[in-house]
Amino acid sequence: MSTTLSPTPTTIDTKSRTAEPGRSDAAALIRVAGLEKSYRSRDRSRTRALGPVSLDIARGEFITIVGPSGCGKSTLLKLIAGLIDRSAGSISMGGREINGPQHEIGVVFQSPVLLPWRTALENVMLPAAVQRLDLAKSRARGLELLGLVGLTDFAGKYPNELSGGMQQRVAIARALMHDPAVLLMDEPFGALDAMTRESMNVEIRRIWAESGKTILFVTHSIPEAVFLATRVLVLSARPGLVADVVDVDLGAERSLDIVTSDAFGVFTKRIRHHFQAKGMIE
Amino acid sequence: MIEATAGKIAAGAVTGDEPEQGWWRANRELVCVPLLFVVVVGLWEGVIRWLEVPLYVVPPPSAIWRSLVNGLGSGLFVSNAFVTLSEALLGFAGAAVIAIALGSAIAQSRFVERVLYPYLIAIQTTPKVAVAPLFIIWFGFGITSKIIMAGIVSFFPILVNVITGLRSTDSQKIELMRSLRASRWQTFKMVKLPSALPMIFAGLHIAVIFSILGAIVGEFVGSKKGLGNLILQMNFNLDTAGVFAALVCLSTMGITLHLVMHWLQRRVVFWADHNQIPGV
Repeated sequence: MSTTLSPTPTTIDTKSRTAEPGRSDAAALIRVAGLEKSYRSRDRSRTRALGPVSLDIARGEFITIVGPSGCGKSTLLKLIAGLIDRSAGSISMGGREINGPQHEIGVVFQSPVLLPWRTALENVMLPAAVQRLDLAKSRARGLELLGLVGLTDFAGKYPNELSGGMQQRVAIARALMHDPAVLLMDEPFGALDAMTRESMNVEIRRIWAESGKTILFVTHSIPEAVFLATRVLVLSARPGLVADVVDVDLGAERSLDIVTSDAFGVFTKRIRHHFQAKGMIE
Repeated sequence: MIEATAGKIAAGAVTGDEPEQGWWRANRELVCVPLLFVVVVGLWEGVIRWLEVPLYVVPPPSAIWRSLVNGLGSGLFVSNAFVTLSEALLGFAGAAVIAIALGSAIAQSRFVERVLYPYLIAIQTTPKVAVAPLFIIWFGFGITSKIIMAGIVSFFPILVNVITGLRSTDSQKIELMRSLRASRWQTFKMVKLPSALPMIFAGLHIAVIFSILGAIVGEFVGSKKGLGNLILQMNFNLDTAGVFAALVCLSTMGITLHLVMHWLQRRVVFWADHNQIPGV
């Protein structure tokens, strides 16, 4: 199971995490145990969409979640975000059970979900407005975050004046506004063109390295999952179960050239095998 | 419009097209709208004179124009129009405030909706013109009964659009607010209400025109002043040209209110694509 080539410098306890999933880990920031989600169908039978899934996430990890469509990747993210209720199991963060949205978690959705009547800066400041924080301070922080995502010059623009990639960058800055320890990202670059997507991948790696956040990132692109992650969680088809956990030790400094390297190919091949074996990829 | 024309002429010059053709294409509406008016008025005038239709049946445009100039000069139209406009706008403003408040309550709570729904349907399906005589009994011949009439007539278009607008908020935006742990009131104030504004304005557009209708109906049933009152008086005196002149005043009032609403909407809902908003 372990594919460790070299310890990743950005993670604190690489050794303990290279073990099998669900393993008890005292340093875990987020602990998911026996998590299940099922829905009641029209004929009153229950359909399980996800789980049971168990997973320990350490502080500072970049975990990507891949799986076939409908495997419950987004459901897993929304459960951790506290946006939907679980059917069984537990999710805890820093030892406390998660029930409902948490202050320590920032969410980036599939689409940017910007408010069209607010400027880029005002959109970034939305979490501060909700929490009624000091306006001058949150303004300064908003500008700083727009700088982090490379949009300083666009602070006063409205969303309809920004490109899709820029809008998603505003959404990322917004998720960082209240300085959450964890960032949950649900296929944030799915709607972007290939070129923009690649540059966004490089950028999110940089933001992760600079901010020291723990990131959970859902994607259906295997290369994207490998490029971004310190660890890839591979889910099987519905009901989503953990098919594999792959430690990606490609180093902290990653350029797009890495995609064509042999080591990169080993990871993508391994993940793709899970899907091919089950006939989930044509 | 001027910029577009200049651009088209410039483009025509560059591509070697005849500039006159480009000018015609850009300005043909501007030419045809007044042209149509002149043709219709001319035909009207001609036919009435040719057939020698009596003045009290259908007056020629020239007679209407004279009535209009006299009425405006004596202040008769202006003072009565002011009364009607006040009734309409006060009724409209009251209806807007109550409809937005009630619509918000209904959109927020299924319970409030279920309790009020049968009564709202009952009131809406009653022809409101039919209750106008009652308002005269309850509120007298003065301005109050007309304000209430204008308010009732313009209330429902606003209410329906407020509810529809608030209900159609993008669910992703609501999920975003939930993830930020926003309160119900914050979600309403920061997301639902602004999202609903284009729809609410569509309702206000219809309602502001309806409010004039309500005021006139109120005046018809029983009044001392106002353009509706004036129309009734002129009708009794067979002053048909005067009636037409009063109608011109009313439609001018309606067009002005429409344009004011349009301007207001562009200022307030600056982010929306105005071509996609119904009723504009």
